[in-house]
Amino acid sequence: MKMHNLVLAAAGFAACAVGVMESKIAAAADQFFPLLVYRTGPYAPNGIPLANGLRDYYSMINLRDGGINGIKTSVEECETKYNTKLGVECYEKLKGKGATLFTPFSTGMTYQLIPKAKVDKIPLMTMGYGRTAAGDGRVFKWTFNFPTTYWSQASAFVKYVASQEGGMNKLNGVHIAHIYHNSAYGKEANPTLDALQKIHGFKLTKIAVDHPGQEQKSAWLQVRRKRPDWIFMSGWGVMNQVAIKEAVSAGFPMDHFVGNWWSGSESDTIPAGDGAFGYKSAALHGTGTDWPVIQDIIKHVYRGDAAKAAENKIGDVIYNRGVLNAMFNIEAVRTAQGKYGNKVMQGEQVRWGLENLNITTAKLKALGMEGFTQPFTVTCADHESGGPVIFQQWTGNGWKFVSDWITPITSVVRPMIEEAAAAYAKENKITPRTCS
Amino acid sequence: MFYREAGQFKTTYEADQGIFPIIQDRWFIAIMLVISFVVIPYFANEYWFQAVIIPLYIYAIAAIGLNILTGYAGQVSLGTGAFMAIGAYATYKLCTAFPDLNILIVFVMSGLFSAGVGIIFGIPSLRIKGFYLAVATLAAQFFILWLFNKVGWFYNNNPSGTITAPPREVLGIMITGPNALAITRYYVVLSFLVVFALAAKNIVRGRIGRSWMAIRDMDIAAEIIGIEPLKTKLMAFAISSFYCGVAGALYIFCWLGSAETEAFDINLSFLILFMIIVGGLGSIMGSIMGAAFITLLPIFLTNFPPMIGIQIASDLAKHLEEIIFGVLIVFFLIVEPHGLARLWQIVKEKLRQWPFPY
Amino acid sequence: MEFLESIFILPFLDIADSPIFFLEVVISGVLAGVMYSLVALGFVLIFKASGVFNFAQGAMVLFAALTLVGLMEQGVPIFFAILITMAVMVLLAILIEKMMLRHLVNQEGIILFMATIGLNFILEGVGQIAWGSDVKKLDVGLPDKNFEYGGMLLNTLDLSAALIAAIMVTVLALFFQYTGTGRALRAVADDHQAAMSVGIPLKSIWIIVWSVAGFVALVAGILWGTKAGVQFSLVLIALKALPVLILGGFTSIPGAIIGGLIIGVGEKVVEVYWGPAFGGAIEGWFAYMLALAFLMFRPQGLFGEKIIERV
Repeated sequence: MKMHNLVLAAAGFAACAVGVMESKIAAAADQFFPLLVYRTGPYAPNGIPLANGLRDYYSMINLRDGGINGIKTSVEECETKYNTKLGVECYEKLKGKGATLFTPFSTGMTYQLIPKAKVDKIPLMTMGYGRTAAGDGRVFKWTFNFPTTYWSQASAFVKYVASQEGGMNKLNGVHIAHIYHNSAYGKEANPTLDALQKIHGFKLTKIAVDHPGQEQKSAWLQVRRKRPDWIFMSGWGVMNQVAIKEAVSAGFPMDHFVGNWWSGSESDTIPAGDGAFGYKSAALHGTGTDWPVIQDIIKHVYRGDAAKAAENKIGDVIYNRGVLNAMFNIEAVRTAQGKYGNKVMQGEQVRWGLENLNITTAKLKALGMEGFTQPFTVTCADHESGGPVIFQQWTGNGWKFVSDWITPITSVVRPMIEEAAAAYAKENKITPRTCS
Repeated sequence: MFYREAGQFKTTYEADQGIFPIIQDRWFIAIMLVISFVVIPYFANEYWFQAVIIPLYIYAIAAIGLNILTGYAGQVSLGTGAFMAIGAYATYKLCTAFPDLNILIVFVMSGLFSAGVGIIFGIPSLRIKGFYLAVATLAAQFFILWLFNKVGWFYNNNPSGTITAPPREVLGIMITGPNALAITRYYVVLSFLVVFALAAKNIVRGRIGRSWMAIRDMDIAAEIIGIEPLKTKLMAFAISSFYCGVAGALYIFCWLGSAETEAFDINLSFLILFMIIVGGLGSIMGSIMGAAFITLLPIFLTNFPPMIGIQIASDLAKHLEEIIFGVLIVFFLIVEPHGLARLWQIVKEKLRQWPFPY
Repeated sequence: MEFLESIFILPFLDIADSPIFFLEVVISGVLAGVMYSLVALGFVLIFKASGVFNFAQGAMVLFAALTLVGLMEQGVPIFFAILITMAVMVLLAILIEKMMLRHLVNQEGIILFMATIGLNFILEGVGQIAWGSDVKKLDVGLPDKNFEYGGMLLNTLDLSAALIAAIMVTVLALFFQYTGTGRALRAVADDHQAAMSVGIPLKSIWIIVWSVAGFVALVAGILWGTKAGVQFSLVLIALKALPVLILGGFTSIPGAIIGGLIIGVGEKVVEVYWGPAFGGAIEGWFAYMLALAFLMFRPQGLFGEKIIERV
């Protein structure tokens, strides 16, 4: 009996083996967009709206426009649970199915894929996360992190504080605390804040919170003791909700508490209840459903069923981020088609499209995204583009913009990016290409 | 009928003490080696290498390491992830500091670092036993990862706080770095696994292994018959950590390519522990089978439904997969609590009599 | 030199400088510690009665909290939602006993531990299929206000959560010390076979214990869920309970309480005063180091049963 079972199991594995090997043949008629999603696990509250936003925009392009210049898009999801090791399996599987562009949406996956992108000739699009140094396109030919990065964001935050305090010269003596997730991601903003501190003379306190961040009383006791004027937070997952709740308990003024763009979504503020009113966060794009592009998604993908769309988190910060990212991907393919003709683009062609992407105001208007985000241009050397950051505030049932679009302090950030990229190039024996 | 030792005469002590005294076992091992060195590379594509086989072999090395400590010497450890991290970070530091050093030697050297730290965290085992000992190894787990995260020196102060496998070659063949072919990395990992598994097999059946087992079964009794608990336990920690350290080095340099400390978190420690429990405590073969089971089953469960034409939403599929995985583990433990190794033994016993059982 | 100063001198100056704040740190530690005790208690109960180190305790917390929130979202009044959730947890206990424990009697500890890992996967999967993976707001009507007392800022939610946890822990400790069921439980913990031979029904004891552990999980889920929202990360609070458990001893209910307080206060004080010198976020490993230091003197935990070894 037992032997019998073993034989059956072995046969099953064998069938599976053959199947996976055969599934290598790609469907060549569609522009295939792989989706590494995390709809389950500890980060699912962010993963679900993100995946929905990407999925819905891709299918809206098919339903509304009949594809990208007539080329239909197709997607396939692979669940990673935000786990790098599962991500490797997903990457290999989707690569075999003809992926031409990856959006990993995970710091760990991004680091893992950056060296591979060059070898596999599949570009990486890491919008607002991942390795900041990849902004230097001379070293990181295959990785893109426009419209802006963590370092630019941190500098924009400092400018925002300055604008609230009454000018850059008033920063001297202002006390800023950075509460960060104790990981590669969380520490990203530190070098920029250090550099800016030297220039502008504000006081900086860095407080680390260990993963997962469920219990952070001690961090907030330090806030109580040191009494910073402003708090900047680089949090992720459950850390955000607890931090907002603890900030309330510590009696910290919420309008001086600013999260980065991964610490400012509905799922971060809603669990904290009324206490979260006034909490601020950085953003790359607009929220809510009052944008023509979001209305188009409701109309075409959900056939006007706003309730069902709302169930899918439409209009949430992270959903809209998925839409924005999908738009960049589609436009990159469209740009590439302008050079290579209206057919399915391959990895290298998509890479060219990303590198020559030029998002203008007119284009945003045509896409129904005027004011949703800001225009920018990607170049061979600059894969970041140093796009502007905006700050938003939680009102209890939605976010509203409370600042103008703030351009980052490129004069400080860009040399740092180039230095970090050069160090990476040296360590990994990469000869930077020349861009001229 | 086919699997029995009758008629196999040993004429020398060497033959009698061979690792595999029965000819059928030797054949089996030879076939396995041919399959893994020739057949798999011939058929596998990059998906199979990168997503399935390379991680499986690396986990198997770590599992053998943990099995030495937990299965043979009886010391429960939840610090496997940290010991693997030491191997990986030591490799990174060594190969960036001495770029010309042969990377294979670096892997082994970093195992030694791991062994040293293993000895330090093994010292409490002299006083603390059982599940309580897990705290010493958990302290190692959390402290070491915190250290690697906090002290910039360990990742050469690069602003991203991660380590990346630099390109290194041996005899003109790329072993690590993005341009190393999957098949090269496969052979590197496989060679390490074969050498380490054979070495472990030899250690555990010799004097050292026997003293470990004596300590495991009853340390007071072992002490009375002249086995030094201090030396024996620390030796187990050292060798186990050495294995884990090398596995950790391979984990980053031959598989992931780049990682932060998060890749070595406590879940990795648990994962390796699952492997040895499912595979069988106190068995080298069991460690490899356990690694195979824990690696292959989820991949099988993920890919099977689409294969037979069932399309399920990715999140539902993942949840169902988790449930089935959990049910199978419980079912399996009820049916055979001593793991795959025991199952394998039963098969061998059946084979002795097959096809004419009395 | 500066580093040594920041370890040996500055923290004490800080404490002397503002004793009120030091008191606030200690109180925060106590409040957090009681919450750890509550989670640790779930482990202790099950370990005592069935010798199982229940890896699935975190998943039980998540499962109970998800069920409660899910029911409340369906419009079930809170009181009934808690009752139904409790019924679900009892049902779960019965299922675990029937499907799992019964078949694994007399197996080694590590095998049982592995079985609960299987259970962990099952509970995570079922909970998320039934109620989704999204973060959910939980409001059971606990007061959430800040107030100043003698220069210290306190929060009523933290206080009431700790109070509820403390009451739970005390009631359970008394229950197991002074009732017939409690005695039976301790008998089972001592020796399965001897307990059975004097007529203690092993199976119903297990069901009771797992149900109580389910109830503890529900309370822990409510308290932590109110603070952080009900979401998958609730399973991770089990990790916070491990050092407590080891420090207090796997088999001791008072151990879980004292262990929780020591860990809670210790890690808060160290993180606030010594953390900056080391670059912060040291409380994670410090809890384990503290537990390790205690174990060097009492290898079976503070209140664990003394291990007697015979050859």
